[in-house]
Amino acid sequence: MIKAVDKTKVPWWVSNVIVPLANLILALIVSGIFIFIAGENPYQAFKLILYGSFGYIEGFGYTLYYATNFIFTGLAFAIAFHCRLFNIGGEGQAYIGGLGVFLVAFYLDFLPIPLLIFLSILGALLFGAIWGLIPGYLQAKRGSHVVITTIMFNFIASAVMVFLLVNIIRDKAQMGPHTEILNKDAWLIMFREIASFFGYKIGYSPLNISFLLAIISSLFVWFFIWHTKWGYEMRAVGYNSNAAIYAGISPNKNIILAMLLSGALAGLLGVNEILGVHHKIIVNFPAGYGFTGIAVALMGRNHPVGVFFAAVLFGILYQGGSEVTFDMPNITRFMFVAVQGVIILFSGALENLFRPQIEHFFVKKLDLGLKT
Amino acid sequence: MVSQPILELQDINKSFGHVQANKNISITVNKGDIHGIVGENGAGKSTLMSIVFGYYQADSGIIKINGKQIEIKSPHQSILCGIGMVHQHFMLVENFTVLENIILGFEGEFVFGKKLKEAKRNLEELCESYNLKVDLDATISDLSVGYRQRVEILKALYRKAEILILDEPTGVLTPQEVDELFKILRSLNDEGKTIILITHKLNEIIALTNKVTVMRQGKIAGEKFTQKTSTEELAEMMVGRSVLLRVEKKEANIGDVILEVRNISVKDDLDVERVKNVSFEIKGGEILGLAGVTGNGQTELLEALTGIRGIESGEIKLEGNTISGKNIFLNPRDLREKEIAHVPEDRQRMGLVTEFNASENTIFGYHHKRPFSNSSILKRSNIYDHTIKIMKEYDVRPQSPFLKTSNFSGGNQQKIILSRELSTDPKVLIIGQPTRGVDIGAIEFIHQRIIDMREKGVAILLVSVELEEILSLSDRIVVMYDGSLVGERTNQDVTDKEIGLLMAGITN
Amino acid sequence: MDIFLELVSILSATLRISTPLIFASMAGLFAERSGTIDFSLEGKMLAAAFVAASSAYVFGSEWYGLLAAILCCIALSMLHGFASVTYKGDQVVSCVAINIMMIGLTAALAAAWFKKAGVTPTLNDQQRFHEISFPFVEQISNIPILGIIYSELISGHHIFIYLAYISVPIVYWIVFKTSFGLQLRAVGENPSAVDTAGISVSLLRYKALAINGILIAFAGTYLSTAVLSHFSREMSAGRGYLALAALIFGKWRPKGALIACLIFAFTDALQMRLQGVAILGIGVIPVQFIQAIPYVLTVVLLAGFVGKAVAPSAIGQPYIKER
Repeated sequence: MIKAVDKTKVPWWVSNVIVPLANLILALIVSGIFIFIAGENPYQAFKLILYGSFGYIEGFGYTLYYATNFIFTGLAFAIAFHCRLFNIGGEGQAYIGGLGVFLVAFYLDFLPIPLLIFLSILGALLFGAIWGLIPGYLQAKRGSHVVITTIMFNFIASAVMVFLLVNIIRDKAQMGPHTEILNKDAWLIMFREIASFFGYKIGYSPLNISFLLAIISSLFVWFFIWHTKWGYEMRAVGYNSNAAIYAGISPNKNIILAMLLSGALAGLLGVNEILGVHHKIIVNFPAGYGFTGIAVALMGRNHPVGVFFAAVLFGILYQGGSEVTFDMPNITRFMFVAVQGVIILFSGALENLFRPQIEHFFVKKLDLGLKT
Repeated sequence: MVSQPILELQDINKSFGHVQANKNISITVNKGDIHGIVGENGAGKSTLMSIVFGYYQADSGIIKINGKQIEIKSPHQSILCGIGMVHQHFMLVENFTVLENIILGFEGEFVFGKKLKEAKRNLEELCESYNLKVDLDATISDLSVGYRQRVEILKALYRKAEILILDEPTGVLTPQEVDELFKILRSLNDEGKTIILITHKLNEIIALTNKVTVMRQGKIAGEKFTQKTSTEELAEMMVGRSVLLRVEKKEANIGDVILEVRNISVKDDLDVERVKNVSFEIKGGEILGLAGVTGNGQTELLEALTGIRGIESGEIKLEGNTISGKNIFLNPRDLREKEIAHVPEDRQRMGLVTEFNASENTIFGYHHKRPFSNSSILKRSNIYDHTIKIMKEYDVRPQSPFLKTSNFSGGNQQKIILSRELSTDPKVLIIGQPTRGVDIGAIEFIHQRIIDMREKGVAILLVSVELEEILSLSDRIVVMYDGSLVGERTNQDVTDKEIGLLMAGITN
Repeated sequence: MDIFLELVSILSATLRISTPLIFASMAGLFAERSGTIDFSLEGKMLAAAFVAASSAYVFGSEWYGLLAAILCCIALSMLHGFASVTYKGDQVVSCVAINIMMIGLTAALAAAWFKKAGVTPTLNDQQRFHEISFPFVEQISNIPILGIIYSELISGHHIFIYLAYISVPIVYWIVFKTSFGLQLRAVGENPSAVDTAGISVSLLRYKALAINGILIAFAGTYLSTAVLSHFSREMSAGRGYLALAALIFGKWRPKGALIACLIFAFTDALQMRLQGVAILGIGVIPVQFIQAIPYVLTVVLLAGFVGKAVAPSAIGQPYIKER
């Protein structure tokens, strides 16, 4: 039995970088086993992942494009988590957020472009926020467990959106259930357009300036949680609601606020997908990004910086993963869904599995270092 | 006939971390005795009995049942040895019936049906023979506390307990229910059962037991035959004659009435009345000490005074204005605006967010105001300066504002809370258990700070289970027992014995 | 007469659709009644479907498929148990992890092993389950009304359907009429009471999870070796969550969960029949609305508008001895 280590002596980088890294490595080892069972060489696969995500500029573009989505959904899960709420509804909130984006961008296209883009972003925030607000309200006022309600709202969102896409806002001229395409002016500037402006010619990737929006959102979340009284109160409620009451903080208000903001952040995914990439609403555009956001947030320990790195990591997995599926016939993209699950397992449910050993090791090592 | 020892404990030691809860405890209980174990909070009584019951294992020492040495590694084993425990907090399943709760774990057979009917019949016979009337088909959630306790007793009897241990059984009972319980215990004793009664209430010891062991601070303070001792003697052993840390304090400079409490009643979360028609007032510049063993209503009283819990009836007034009453209820934030500061009893559960770092806790409850935040943005540099300042002033160690609060010792955590509340210059200071789990050096410091507040004219309510603390600091003392205030004394020439008796429920 | 035939057809479909839901909600019942959250029914069902179809193909018999599925699901439940009961980690996260892992792994291995883009090979007649015809079907079917009920509604289903419906009273009997069930329910309400009664809390919870694994395996096996003859990716299609909703709707009681499963299945069967059909005075109800009914109902219930759904008191909290 490892003797418990004096917690004050553990450097923050051990707890927040080494341990998550160790969990990641563990997850990758297990993933390697999965790849092996599937009949392919795990080492080859990992090399392909790195190549696909970094090896060429378009691939890197894709990596960051995926990361953009993961930052939004990761931040969404993370912010709710600071109030001890598990928002599993990122998929649905993103979906409905996309509706908000589209409605503004499509029907208000007479407005000047900067204003239109700005209002579209507001539309995403507003619609996503509503979809998060309802489960939040039900948890605060009626004690309905937010995990279950948000899962239900994912399904309800899907039903609502499919209904709308098939019946109401459909592009009547086309066969598929999707909306008309947005006016070209409303399309967000793409990365390759910026590059060509500076004289670099690069191939297509979906990366667009909503990546910057993701960065801005990260800054906002960081500032909100640690530098405003609202973030302070939210964290207090999340850690200890009894103490929060003692301090005059209302648990109900903060639960509702947390879910509202969480939904809004997830809604921003719509900005990327609809304004930046597809320029229309297609069925199921959230495509699992909402769920991946959970893994991203857990890996990133619910901190915007961690979320950023984890988002890029998952972007690498996704993009590198497609490279693998391209080159290795036995591996489909679903293998990488499984890898996500393993990462969630080791970064979430079993995150402290080897923490005592790791912390003990480092504290000892540092002590020994000091003696000489 | 000479009484045989049925339970012998020899040199039992048990520590939790660096707190030694039991030190070299040796007790002999004879068959057919009603043996009392008495002591204050933290004396180690419950820990000891939990070891006997197999819930914990002793670090060292021997347990003998009927002369045979036994190792009790689990509750299951102790049950098989004939030990039955009635816990302070009932171990019952709320939505099960009485019958289901009693047979849990001792169903006798895999399938119900015939065996259940048989069990029910056996139980009914058991109830008859011990004169314990309970409706076996009633659901626990419908039963009063007194009846729930009977179910716990029946549980033990059904499992053929020969030794019945009751841990603070009367804390939640009405006086009538207490009488009923005593009748039941006496009749069980007549039937040959050995009873061990753990309590802090001396009148119960006198009324029921024939032998009593007094514990204090983890050790045995003495053992007496009940008939040959008195409540005074027992109170003295309970409370001890350690040196009183009397703090230097000047003559009281008492001002006007600041806090007025009139006839308030407060119920707890289970809808049980815990504060019964309590009235008192506190003037500026005086410390009113509220003594009493935990569980007599102090917690609910504190919560009512600080806006965390509402009152059923009565009124609380601050400088003549009602702050809690029929139509008015001010929450903690409002009360802080009105300059009522609160150092809560349970610092980890209520007073701090242990996951926050120290600087975040030094503004807890005041975070929304200047200079700590300005238009909702936290002013980190102001918070840092504030934290450094009070860490220096209150000698909080280590002086690291960004260290997670859970890494501070109990004493330093308490100092963080105190510094936070005291530095706001309040009009009223409500303090619960200020030195619980705090080391000696910090205790002196904290006491001095409280006296300083007194000098400034603050009206102070000090609630504590530590008698020394009450006697050392208070100008006036009241005792809370079973939800009511019993006995008010001015703190001149009053003895700890006297207060101890009041705390134990003995009023003359 | 037509309406009657329609009704029978819809009811028959209801029985079929409800079967995996019933198995899954019974599985969830055992876990949750003992105090362990189980949101991972979806992932386990999927795993069972994949393992059953692949094993049936590889080993040549549907019974091997069932056996393999049972072993697989028990293993997954034990994993969840390890993370939740022994290791006392976050139960929700563990469930989410298992779900996502299984969604991915089943599809990935199906593609890798059988090279058919996420689908396992179709099972031939020897390798899959068949419908069971009750005796004298032909003779009885000519009797008006009763005959049709016998031949369409009662006879002619897979064994799983009969097992599912029999399982409900059996589960009821186990949970409410045996001492094991008593202890199970107790450990989900007040684990301290169980501990002080001398029973191991962990062991009870692991036993409950083992039963959970067995039951959910039936749900998944049914999907891929009886209803269809292969596994295809994500074929559980949210049934695991629906089953959970049914469990909550049924207030964690077998009968209640059964009724909820029937309601959900009925709306599904109805929705398929009603697609495009105009109802008097209302017009065509959009199919999505009908599909959303189970989920909306669950939210309504959780919000306390249809009576209170009180979960077992100790659910989701790891049992730690109090100091």
